[in-house]
Amino acid sequence: MKISGKTIGGLLIFSAIALFPFLYNIGKTDAQPVINTDTPVIQELGATECIEDTEYMRENHMQLLLEWRDAVVREGKTTYTNSKGEQFEMSLQNSCLNCHNDTPETVFFTADTANVGDNLFCYSCHNYAAVEPDCWDCHNAPREAER
Amino acid sequence: MLEKSLHGSKRYWLWVGFLLAVIFLGFLAYLKQYSEGLGVTGMSRDVSWGLYISQFTFLVGVAASAVMVAIPYYLHNYKAFGKIVILGEFLAVPSVIMCILFIFVDVGRPDRILNVLLHPTPHSIMFWDMCVLCGYLLLNLVIGWTVLGAERKGFPPPKWVKPFIYLSIPWAISIHTVTAFLYAGMPGRHLWLTAIMAARFLASAFAAGPALLILLCMIVRKVSSFDPGKEAIQSLAKIVTYAMIANVFFYGLEFFTAFYSNIPGHKHPLVYLFAGLEGYGQLVPFMWVAVVLAFVGILLLVVPKTRRNEKILPFALISVFIAAWIDKGLGLVLGGFVPTPLEHVVEYTPTLTELAITFMVYAVGALLITILYKVVIGVREEI
Amino acid sequence: MSINRREFLKRAGVITALGLGGAVTLDAFELLEPLKAADFTSENKLAGKRWGLVIDMNKLTQADINNIIAGCHEAHNVPDMGNPKDEIKWIWTDTYEHVFPGSENHYLDEKTKTMPFLVLCNHCDHPPCVRVCPTQATFKREDGVVGMDMHRCIGCRFCMAACPYGARSFNYWDPVPHIAKINPDYPHRTKGVVEKCNFCMERLDEGLMPICVEKSNGAIVFGDLEDPNSEVRKLLSTHYSIRRKPELGTQPSIFYLIGGEDNA
Repeated sequence: MKISGKTIGGLLIFSAIALFPFLYNIGKTDAQPVINTDTPVIQELGATECIEDTEYMRENHMQLLLEWRDAVVREGKTTYTNSKGEQFEMSLQNSCLNCHNDTPETVFFTADTANVGDNLFCYSCHNYAAVEPDCWDCHNAPREAER
Repeated sequence: MLEKSLHGSKRYWLWVGFLLAVIFLGFLAYLKQYSEGLGVTGMSRDVSWGLYISQFTFLVGVAASAVMVAIPYYLHNYKAFGKIVILGEFLAVPSVIMCILFIFVDVGRPDRILNVLLHPTPHSIMFWDMCVLCGYLLLNLVIGWTVLGAERKGFPPPKWVKPFIYLSIPWAISIHTVTAFLYAGMPGRHLWLTAIMAARFLASAFAAGPALLILLCMIVRKVSSFDPGKEAIQSLAKIVTYAMIANVFFYGLEFFTAFYSNIPGHKHPLVYLFAGLEGYGQLVPFMWVAVVLAFVGILLLVVPKTRRNEKILPFALISVFIAAWIDKGLGLVLGGFVPTPLEHVVEYTPTLTELAITFMVYAVGALLITILYKVVIGVREEI
Repeated sequence: MSINRREFLKRAGVITALGLGGAVTLDAFELLEPLKAADFTSENKLAGKRWGLVIDMNKLTQADINNIIAGCHEAHNVPDMGNPKDEIKWIWTDTYEHVFPGSENHYLDEKTKTMPFLVLCNHCDHPPCVRVCPTQATFKREDGVVGMDMHRCIGCRFCMAACPYGARSFNYWDPVPHIAKINPDYPHRTKGVVEKCNFCMERLDEGLMPICVEKSNGAIVFGDLEDPNSEVRKLLSTHYSIRRKPELGTQPSIFYLIGGEDNA
């Protein structure tokens, strides 16, 4: 294989394009999300526990939501019994967002998420992880519905 | 071997450039459709499939027609087709790719299209359509590329290709049968609910596909030193003749059943297509043009003097191709939705955006045919 | 070391395939912690084997019909697209010759001829739409309801071609700007998916009646067609009822009573 000037030139251009995202962000820091569950709504509700413990939810909420949605839509089941035997309605809107329902003042996140409504809790981590949840294409966050 | 397509005359690059321009414009139109929704097309609640699906239906036929060259050559040792089998296979590959692209641009949520693989549904014909189309694409790519590569090196093709070739023959029939089943099993659409839907599809395919193949061969003969041979072209022309006669005959059978039985549900779609219904008759002129072209084409092809005249033959083939295209690419799918299940008449007119996207997909197909045929010509001229 | 371009591409391809295949295999074997409580139940859910409706056309007034259509569409965030091309409707009305096209009758009595028949998804027992859906996005539940899973629909519109009743609508545009007032308790849809009447299955699962039944002032009766003691079965055994296009074998679950006491 003959490595000519054109090859090297092409490789350099390719490297520049491929590495551009990293080069662009050199020196910038991105604040880690600080999730505050001490919000007015949660205080009002008096409940400070999620349906399962934090570690479990962090690892499995995606799988949980997928199983919930199939159970509710496809099988008509509505109630979830957690590991402690407590029962909850299987609903993103009515169960999860009831507590994880934050205002810009109580959750620390970037300015980009300020206008996404009540699913701010979700976006504070999802923005940082760059994983877009598309639930809000169809499901209504409570305050958005009022707009 | 692909590097063969990177060297060409000015005419070649002009053609490629033109196709790329059409693709680019169509892509812009597709971006609009992707961001705003399929509302930018002419499809409606009542006519929920339009140009995209009708072109897909027509092109599956063209793709299947490669079998009309493969059967005589591989099963019956018809040597005259030896030089053009590869052209048939390399017409099938871009046709199937166009089919897949038309599906992709038609689907409402293309980001979810993998759901068809994630949730396989054997009782759905569309699932099987995806399976057979992808399988056919792979088969033809592998067979064509391997055989051409072997030819270039001066060897006969490797033995393992033979079973694939034999498989591709019934597979070609299957892709068009499965596509026909998409329509033939719909209980509410009288134009489609006919036992001979698959037979009609195949007859129309074996008329339009080889017609296009002959026309492409003639172009190849003009732009290169590769000559498919008069016998090959005449044999293909005879196949087109009989397939088109069968196609027209089958259509006549549909007319008889509908009008002799006098059942309103059976009659209405045909009345809409050929005479208009409740004042709506957008497709009527198209259908009658198709009738005239079909008969002109058949006449010119049946009479040996005109068929053998290579100045007249292209016109006969173009007539047949356009007639088959109007029948399948316009009348069948669009007519199937009229009247609606609630017996209203709603018409469909494609929008400019929709046309741009349709032309884009056709341009992609034309570009692929150009590239693949250039490779074949390049290899043939080399050896 | 010198390999030619072809060998290089072959090896690169094999390594990529191994990498991708390996990743997929590892994913499949990854032991996802099974959900601690695999217990999903439904306490209030109405139990039935085959839900159906009996619509008594003689009891329905135009006001009832308007309330029914408005109630259903508002509760389910059905948008008003403003034109028949992009129209989305779950329940609407049409006249006899359009609703029952196989039963042509030129000498039909005037009353039946002009009656505004309420039409909706028939929740067939043998639904052609379910048969053709390539992803099972439309599916038949155990209680007979033909449901739509909006998460899975790819918008191929095969179900719309298959439905012999024209019950389905497609979201050709983003529906949100066309919803007058979003009901926060029910999701809306995105562009690119098909939707239709879902028999208020979210209400059935909570033990409530469908909205059209509630707003019909008794004209629409809901019940289990497989329960011989249900009200729907009692109505069907004492009145003459018709269904749409029964000759197609779909076994629709929506029955229409048009005779009425005085016409019986």
